[in-house]
This record gives sequence, structure tokens and C-alpha cells, in this order.
Amino acid sequence: MSKVKFKFDGKKYKGRKGDSLATALLRNGIVHFTDSAYRDRPRGIIGLGHEEANALVHVDSGAGEPMYPATVLPITDGLVVRSLSGVGDLPDTRDKSRYDKKYRHVDVVVVGAGTAGLKAAGEQARAGKDVVICDEQDRPGGHLVHLGQDVPTDLLAVLDMPNVTYLPRTIVHGLYDQGYSVASERRTDHLDSEVHKKKARMRTWHFRAEKTILATGAYQRHLVFANNDLPGIMLSHAAATYVARDGVDVFKTAVVVTVDNQGYRDAVRLHNAGVQVLAIADCRQSASGPSVDAAKALGITIMNGKTAVDACIKEKKKTVKCVEIGNLDGTDSTCIETDLVAVSGGWTPTVHLGTYIGVKPKWDASLAAFTFGGVSNQWLSSVGMVAGDFGGDDSPAIFFGPQQSETQALDAFVDFQRDATLRDVRRAIKAGMQSIEHVKRYTAIGTAHDQGKTSGTITMGLIGAALGKQPDEIGSLTFRSPFVPVPFASLAGRERGKLADPVRRTPIHALHEAAGAPMEDVGQWKRPWFFPKGKEDMHAAVLRECAAVRDGVGVMDASTLGKIDIQGPDAAEFLDRVYTNMFSSLKVGQSRYGFMCGIDGMVFDDGVTTRLGENHFLMTTTTGGAAKVLDWLEEWLYTEWPDLKVYCTSVTEHISTVAIVGPKSRNLIAKLSPGLDASNEAFGFMENKYADVAGIPARIARISFSGELAYEINVEAWYGAHIWEAVMREGKEFGITPYGTETMHVLRAEKGYVILGQDTDGTQTPMDLGMDWIVSKKKDFIGKRSFTRSDTARAGRHQLVGFMPIDGSEVIPEGAYVVEASNAGQKPPVKHVGYVTSSYMSAALGRSFAMGMLANGQARHGEEVAIPLRGKVIMAKVTEPLFFDKENTRRDG
Amino acid sequence: MLHIPCPWCGPRDETEFHYGHEAGVAYPEERELISDEQWGKYVFFRANPKGWHAERWVHSAGCRRWFNVWRNTITHEFGPTYKPFEPQPKKPA
Repeated sequence: MSKVKFKFDGKKYKGRKGDSLATALLRNGIVHFTDSAYRDRPRGIIGLGHEEANALVHVDSGAGEPMYPATVLPITDGLVVRSLSGVGDLPDTRDKSRYDKKYRHVDVVVVGAGTAGLKAAGEQARAGKDVVICDEQDRPGGHLVHLGQDVPTDLLAVLDMPNVTYLPRTIVHGLYDQGYSVASERRTDHLDSEVHKKKARMRTWHFRAEKTILATGAYQRHLVFANNDLPGIMLSHAAATYVARDGVDVFKTAVVVTVDNQGYRDAVRLHNAGVQVLAIADCRQSASGPSVDAAKALGITIMNGKTAVDACIKEKKKTVKCVEIGNLDGTDSTCIETDLVAVSGGWTPTVHLGTYIGVKPKWDASLAAFTFGGVSNQWLSSVGMVAGDFGGDDSPAIFFGPQQSETQALDAFVDFQRDATLRDVRRAIKAGMQSIEHVKRYTAIGTAHDQGKTSGTITMGLIGAALGKQPDEIGSLTFRSPFVPVPFASLAGRERGKLADPVRRTPIHALHEAAGAPMEDVGQWKRPWFFPKGKEDMHAAVLRECAAVRDGVGVMDASTLGKIDIQGPDAAEFLDRVYTNMFSSLKVGQSRYGFMCGIDGMVFDDGVTTRLGENHFLMTTTTGGAAKVLDWLEEWLYTEWPDLKVYCTSVTEHISTVAIVGPKSRNLIAKLSPGLDASNEAFGFMENKYADVAGIPARIARISFSGELAYEINVEAWYGAHIWEAVMREGKEFGITPYGTETMHVLRAEKGYVILGQDTDGTQTPMDLGMDWIVSKKKDFIGKRSFTRSDTARAGRHQLVGFMPIDGSEVIPEGAYVVEASNAGQKPPVKHVGYVTSSYMSAALGRSFAMGMLANGQARHGEEVAIPLRGKVIMAKVTEPLFFDKENTRRDG
Repeated sequence: MLHIPCPWCGPRDETEFHYGHEAGVAYPEERELISDEQWGKYVFFRANPKGWHAERWVHSAGCRRWFNVWRNTITHEFGPTYKPFEPQPKKPA
């Protein structure tokens, strides 16, 4: 067997390839592994697999791992680990390993390749089913691997069948509805301690199966007695496996404490491996069966009706020195000196995956266990120990530990990882808790990394014992995925960093980046936020950009606006029904601004819609609302108005839109498009013209979101950058100034134009926004009926107003609450009467201004209100929500 | 992740769908004539049953069509699926 060198807590050790870290450390004589998280108690390895509650390590080598049980970590050359006291720390470096995903539709997923799993997989595969077998160990056999026994060849034959995929080192950690399961396959950790460049470290499997068969086996339980957490007190099956299979020779003597015949089997294994078994303390008054006979034949002392009631520590080595064996009521105990106390508290079938989909395990008193025996559904069945088929000759007592004094209970541990004791459980019960769900939350039992794999059933048993009930009367076990801790990186796969979420960029994006514009995220879109000159900050850039638009000409990339192409003979009728205002009266070539309301009458999207032809409209939506609006339109067409002949198509990405805005935009468009008559008389507000711009066919729209004269140049998307470059080049003589979303926001706010989702939150009617004019009285539309509902029609609703700070240098923070001026100095709680939704410093006004909602605001223009902030109060005057160019003289240039 | 039976595309992963709301809630015909209470019922009140629930879903990342389906809110089982304007199949037992 090849030697492996590794480091544990800074010291060098040697081990054998194929060993787990737990085996390797025990081989090196390390019984005291770490100290507990909350009470600093010495702890050792207790288990064999993912049930391990003490021996956690942080892996520093290779890809690293913040918290992993030593019992399932394979040692490899160069492995560097350190022990944890319950608390892990996340590395601050990027995980450079690769992680992959695979998706499989299969007939059957079998979880576990023990004898039961292999048998079930064989039956399914021979019936012609496509089968995947996932198993956490590196070789098939399950329990037989622990026993070091060969797996019968007829069971192994299934692995070679063409319709079977066998995945070792693969843990199914999630099971969901309709046969969906998720598994993690570890592909390199057992090979070496490298970060692999080409091979994925882990592969996350997503299965959709007609049937998932649980063959997940069971975990052994410990017993609750004073100082039951000392290093050297282990689960008997784990101890016997380390000693008998792996040849760990750190223990010379052992005392076995058991509630079932498993303790006898493990006593025999320990004895045969050279450990002197001093006694078996069996809580049952009598026991029989082949394993009992085998132990008797070896001459092992058997103490019936006895159990461990306390244990002492070797002060120097921090391992167990002796165990007190006494009656179940704690009396009449004698001390036995021993290196190892092997505890068999019964088996807890691994039902976790089933409980994830709401399948409730049943309490089987004859097995002292919750099992899926006789429990299954369309998607799930179980075999082996999970199904209550324990094999062997176990006849366990329902026993979780002896009677304990208050002092003993303080050190009688239920959940090692949480340092939760019998006393904690008693305290929870005294505080009135009876259900496992309440006790769990009160004591934190079962909430550590191991999710109570060993302690769950014990806790229910202890509560039951205290209340005189059976464990299943305490509640039922519900676990949460993942079954074992799973690195987030493995779930993300390759969708990390830049690939984490789709990024939408306009065809002009590269030019914005080259211009040094910081980007703002608007949904998935990247939009230029502002275009700094030199070392300008945003504040300075925005003031400059705003002034340029108001005095000269600015240019903005408006390509991200949602665009929906609406066609069909009933398109106009359809728009009349979804918009609050009339669209059937719109002339071809004209645009109109519209509001859409929900059935509750609240505004949920807005935009300009253009009639391109008699039966052809182009709707624009808010940048973030496009998908939602398309869904909304289609839902009405599909489910309420199938008689309307209308088709909606998302064309957001088909069109690049470059808006040139400002008094000099007419000069610029004339230069860019010599064939166009851009005069007011020939090309009026809200009209569209087709003309070549910089040699490219374009639809030019006179739409303005700033109040200024403006032309929106719409071209096939791929000409966007060409148009932008032409605008920048030809606009130089007019002082063309590119501007971003921030300037756009200020400009529109100066005109009192709302941004849906910023100034509104789904609780405003058009009337609340002061836009009664947009609501048609001549026709019905979605939401209209709600306007006359008593609550929608009542007085005193929050209405959109302007807030002008008395001190024009103060910018009110957006989101701030508004209170009555008379409450300005009041200490909280103070009733608020409104809030600020948009607030900026304005170049055009030479002062700050804000918009927001105010109760009965439309009737309160001219009054003063207060905006209390931390440490100060801003006083503001309520105005109409219109601040600049109130007569709309600028839009025609 | 649910596996949702689209009547046009067959069972597909939940990520391809958007949930709408309760199925079979008709847009009232004579909206201006009905009482505030009746209208309020349509706007704000929906069944929230424990068990079988008729629901409206859209296969938004698939065929983009709306459909109705019975779903059990306890077990997450799907019952019969049906297209808009098709008669509602009987509530599963």
C-alpha cells in the first residue's frame, strides 16, 4: 500500500492511500481530535461517515473546503487540513477549480450501492429500466465495505449492464417533486491535492426519474449519559470498523454499551481484531440471537440490565479513562477502566431524502426506529434498512440513556456539534415545549452541519421519555436539503462571475465603455449612468450634461426600452382595451403616450406606442417591464379575448434607438438627414418620419422625455453604433454631449414625468399621479371599473406632488418620509403623511427639487411640510409636480 | 423543481413556466352594472384551497401559451391539464 504524506494542525503525518483522514489520524494515535465549539470540551472521532458530529476539518490544500468531516475525507499526498471547533471560516480566495453540471432523464435513480441498493437496481435494470446508482463510497457494497467483506458477484453484475450508470463518490443531497433529485459527484479529491485545470472537481447531477429508490441505509445512534462525549467513546460500528477493517491499534481494551445485538457483533469484531473486550453492558434484561451466542462463546462478560451512566477523563491525554456501568436508574454503578467505549444506541434509517418531499417515516417500536417500511408513493420507494429491513438479529430496546441527576444531565450530550445536553432538553420541556420542532429551535439540536443525523431520534426519544410518550407522538422528523454540506461553487457550475446572470448590452455599448461611462444595472441591461469628463464625479457630470441638453444638444442611447410589435386587424381595438387612453383614433405615423393599469386600477406600465400602419403598432414599455407587459398582453389575448386577431412579438433587441435632445437637435438632424424636412410645420411633435440618417434607413420620432425638442432615431439594431458615431461626429459643432440614465432622470423629473417603479409602487391610479387627462371617458379598459370603487375614489389618497426644499442647496434623500410641518421637531413615533420618490439638484432651476407622494397632496400646493432625517429636518414647500418650462414652450424648439 | 404538464409541449421543468393565478375566474361581463362588492370579489378574492386547485400557468420559455391545470397544493401533484376555453375536467379525487 502506497504511503501518503499529509499535514494535520501543522504537523506532518503519514498514512495509507485509500484511507479516510479519520482512519489515518486514529492510525497515528490521535484520539483527542479537537475541542467543542461552545464548551471547549475535548472531542474525538465518533462516526464513520457523514453522521460524524465532532471531527470536522478545514481543508487548506487544493480547492479547499471550509468544513468537512474527517471521516469522509480521503487522504492524498500533500493534503493540508486543520481541525475545527465547530465553526468554519470561508476562504477569501477564489476557488479556481472547475465545476460541471449534468442533466439526466432516467427511469430509476437508486440512492445507495449497498446490498439492498444493488439488488433493487438489478431488478429494475433486468426489467429494462434505465438506471442510475449513486453511492457515497468509492466502491460498491455499502455496509459490506465497512465489514471489509467482498460483495457477492451476482450483486455486482448489475454495474456492468449497459442500461446502468454507476456513480461512486456521488451523494444525492436533494430530492424534490416529480422525481427530481440533485447529486454531487466528487471527481478529483481522492486522486491528489491539486486544483485540476481540465477535470471538473465536482459534477452536480440533476436527475428527473420516474422512481427514486432509497437504499440509503442507517446511521448508528449514541446514548445519552454523563461525559458521553469524551474522546474514545465512539459508535460501536465505527470503532469496530476502524479496528477490524483498517487495523487501527490505538485501543487495547473496550467496553461495549448496547441496546441491541449490534453491540455484540461489534464486540466480536473488536475481540477478533485483538482488542480486549472487558464487558458488554446491555440495557435489556436478556438477549438472544446468533451474535449474542458468538459473544458468549468468546467468553466476553455480559452485563444485562446495565448501561453506561457516567465516564471519566484521563486528564493528560484528554481521552476516556473509565466508564461507570450501572442500573438504568443510575444506581449501583461500578467503574471499568478502558481505552474505548463502543456505544450502540440503535439504528436511525437515513430517511432524509424522503422527508424532503413530504413523505413521513413511521415509528417501528420493534426496531426502535423511524423507517419507510410500508411507506411509499408514486415517486419514491425504499429498500433495506430505510424500509425497516435490518437483516441481522437486532432486537433493540427503546432506550436512549439512563436516568441522570441534574449535575450529570449538564454533561450528558445529545448533539455534540451544538454542545446541547440532556439538561437543555429538560429545560425546553420545562419551558412548555413538547414538539420536536419547538425543542429543536429552543436547544439548537439538529441545526449544525450534520443536521442531527445521530441526535434527531434521540431527542424525540428523550422528550418522549420525559413526557411518557412514544417518540412518534412528539412530532415527525423533517429534514432539509442538502443532505450533506455542498459547496456553492459546485451548484453554480460554470455560471460564475460573468456567466452568473445574462448581461444585456445595446449595440452601442462598446462605445459607451470606450467613453469611460460607468454602467448602471437596469434589470439585466447595462446602461451608461453618466459620461464623466476628466476627473468629474457624478454630481458634476450630471449638472454639465443637464445644462448641455437644456442649452445645446445631448445624445442618449434609448435602445433598452422594451419594444413589442403588435399586429393584426384588431390591434387598435386591443390597445383601446389595455391602455387607459384611446389608440384607435391614432393616425398612422403618429405616437401617443399611454398608461396601462391592472384590474385594480393601479398604473403598472407606461410607454409611447406608435401606429406604423393601419393594423400595425409598435409599443414601448419601461426597460425593466418589457417581459411582464408582453406576458400581460398575451394572457388577455389567450384567456379572455381569443376572438381578437392580434399578435404580439418582442422586438426589444431588433431596434437601436439614439435620441438627440435639446434646442440644437433640429440643426443636428438636418445635418444627419439632409432629405428630411425637420421643421415644426412638416414634422410635428409625436410624429414619425422615415428618412435616411447617416446613410441608413431610419424611423425618426419626435418624442421627448425631457421637455426639449428631440428626435429619436430608430434603426435596425446593428446600425446603432454607426448612428451613434455619426451623431458624435456631426454634432461636434453643436457641442454634442452624451448623457446617461442619471441625467435622463433629472431632466424628466424637472418636467414632472414619472418613472414607473420609482415614483410609483403599484398603488397609484392615473388620477393619483395627476394625470386624469390620460383616462378615456369614452371607452372601457382594464382597471376602469376599479376607479369608482369606494377606496379608489375616496378623498385623501396619496397624490403626486413636488417638494421644493426651502434651502435650495439641500437635496432630500429619496425614500425619506414626509411629516406635517407642525411635527417637525417631534421625536418618533410621528405619523408620516407622504414620502419622497425622486430628488435631485437641478442645473436648470439652480436649486434642488423633489417629487413624491403626499396625502391629499393635490389640495395642498403652497403648504409647508417637514422631512425629518437623522440629526436634521428639511423643510419643503408642496408644489405641483412640474418644475421647469411649465408652458411646454421648449418641446418644439 | 416541479414538472409541469403543458397541454401542447408535455411535461417540462418549472423554470420554463410562470404561474398566473387561479383558473376559471372570468372577467365580469357587465362591469359598470355590478356592485362594488361583486367587482371587489373579482379583483381581490381567490380560492386558497388545501388540496386540489385549478391554476392558470403560462409556458413562458416554451410555447408561450396559457393553459389550465389541476394541482394539489399539499402533495404538489399535477392532475389533468386543459387549454383555455376547454371544459374544466373534474377535480381529481
